[in-house]
Amino acid sequence: MRLTATRATTKGLVYFALTIGAAFCFLPVFWLVRSSVMTLGDIFKFPPILWPAHIRWQNFAEAMQASPFLQYFRNTMIVVVPNVVGSLLTASMSAYGLGRFRFPLRNFWFALVLGAIILPPAVVLIPQFLMWSKLHMVNTFFPLIIPVWFGGGAFNVFLLRQFFLTVPKDFDDAARIDGASYWRIYWQIMIPFIQPALIAVGLFQFLFAWNDFFSPLIYLSSKETYTLAVGLQFFIGSYATFWNNLMAASLIVIVLPVIVFLIGQRYFVEGVTLTGIKG
Amino acid sequence: MRKRQFHAEAREAIAGYLFASPVILGLLIWVIAPMIGVILISLTDWNVLTVPHWVGIRNYIELFTTNLYFWNTLKVTAYYVVLNVACTTLYSLVVAMLLNQKIGGRGIYRSIFYLPTIVPIVASSALWMWLYNPDFGLFNMILQGVGLPRSLWIDSQTTVVPSIVLMSVWGGAGNTIVIFLAALQGVPKELLEAVEIDGGNWWHRFRAITLPMISPVTFFNVVTGLIASFTIFTQSYVMTGGGPNNASLFYVYLLYREGFQRNNMGGAAALSWVLIVIVSLLSLLIFRTSRRWIYYEGGER
Repeated sequence: MRLTATRATTKGLVYFALTIGAAFCFLPVFWLVRSSVMTLGDIFKFPPILWPAHIRWQNFAEAMQASPFLQYFRNTMIVVVPNVVGSLLTASMSAYGLGRFRFPLRNFWFALVLGAIILPPAVVLIPQFLMWSKLHMVNTFFPLIIPVWFGGGAFNVFLLRQFFLTVPKDFDDAARIDGASYWRIYWQIMIPFIQPALIAVGLFQFLFAWNDFFSPLIYLSSKETYTLAVGLQFFIGSYATFWNNLMAASLIVIVLPVIVFLIGQRYFVEGVTLTGIKG
Repeated sequence: MRKRQFHAEAREAIAGYLFASPVILGLLIWVIAPMIGVILISLTDWNVLTVPHWVGIRNYIELFTTNLYFWNTLKVTAYYVVLNVACTTLYSLVVAMLLNQKIGGRGIYRSIFYLPTIVPIVASSALWMWLYNPDFGLFNMILQGVGLPRSLWIDSQTTVVPSIVLMSVWGGAGNTIVIFLAALQGVPKELLEAVEIDGGNWWHRFRAITLPMISPVTFFNVVTGLIASFTIFTQSYVMTGGGPNNASLFYVYLLYREGFQRNNMGGAAALSWVLIVIVSLLSLLIFRTSRRWIYYEGGER
């Protein structure tokens, strides 16, 4: 009897603590949405209004008028789509090569992949910038796309390799005896087998490319080429006192990643759990 | 027969190299060549506009002696890194342990805790600038509502770094929580029950079983957290411009300023190389000490 009473108390405490934590996570997001549909008059009131009596949709129209968010959206997609395709194709090929073939120096290359995961991108920024400027490709999308087609990110190679290692060896042996080429084994046996991992990699790469701020800031120097992340930063610089418009603009940038997350949650969790990832 | 086997091995090696060639070329072009390049550039006075000259180690000497910001940025960055890793690790572990209880609605809670991680950092910077606004921001309204004094948050030299840490814990804990949760679910139930039968309370269970069992994962979270925190940039670039009075001028921000606002590519390359050394030393230090506090099942790895 006493035991069940303590159990119930414990459970209550757990719920209480979780709800406080969830409020800490959710309140800022709610405040963003709430502020994005208010008038400036309502927004500055004290005590604060939780939700406005009249929703002010014009905030979004005004934000879109002040800054070319449709153009930024187009630019972001021009970067994001090749990022996802390139990383799926080349990371899975590389991971297949490193995971299921024996060749000289294989462990050396794999060790380099692991090293590249923890290498901060800022470290190699200056020489990379020099290279792209020598190629006259600064202020184009190429510096944001081409590197992804060379392995699609060290982390993705690592994650997919872990998955390839779980495919039973009999699978390729049987296919080899039937006379299948390595490419056919990769394309028709391996790829379907690791599909959940590929979805996780696609989602990670989508989010990474969508959210990336540092590289677009370095390589894109005119408004016509800005992605949403850089465009929003530009907007913050010019409209920082119009909090309702600024929150509307931020919401425009956030909506798509959140939808993608809600749809693909399961794969996120699996991908993160299997290897551990840092944003 | 032997010749044929050799043939098969050679074919496998060639196929393996072909499949792995994207990442191998990528490592050569975008990691190894730039790592060499960054040393070479750091020994010149390259400024994008004029022809570079060799200047030996002058950039490094300037960095350590006459650069007004270098030692300050190291101090500020170290402060942020230590505070952020400590807070994020502790917060994530507590949340993961709560989520590991047998309760309803776990999936919904987990989604809510992960949600901030999805928000692009530029957007969350805009949002937190608004939350931290000294006059009309949510946080000061809450403080005032419960009768506490207002804070200047990111507008004051003393509170700017803790404020950015609070925001980083909010936006950066999602992955760490999921990793901790997976590790907690791997702790054998029999061991926990054994402690319970011996009369141990939850603290004994945590101290004797859970903590040692999840130590490899804690180690992973701390290492990746340290390196990721060291390269913080966007938050201070967007929210504070490195201020007030350079109190949030983090390392990568200084590197960016030297390279892309002052066109001092030689100096920026020297900063890059020092960053490589710092990150390597940090990793090495943790790996060295890790044996003392990490428990591996069966003593392997």
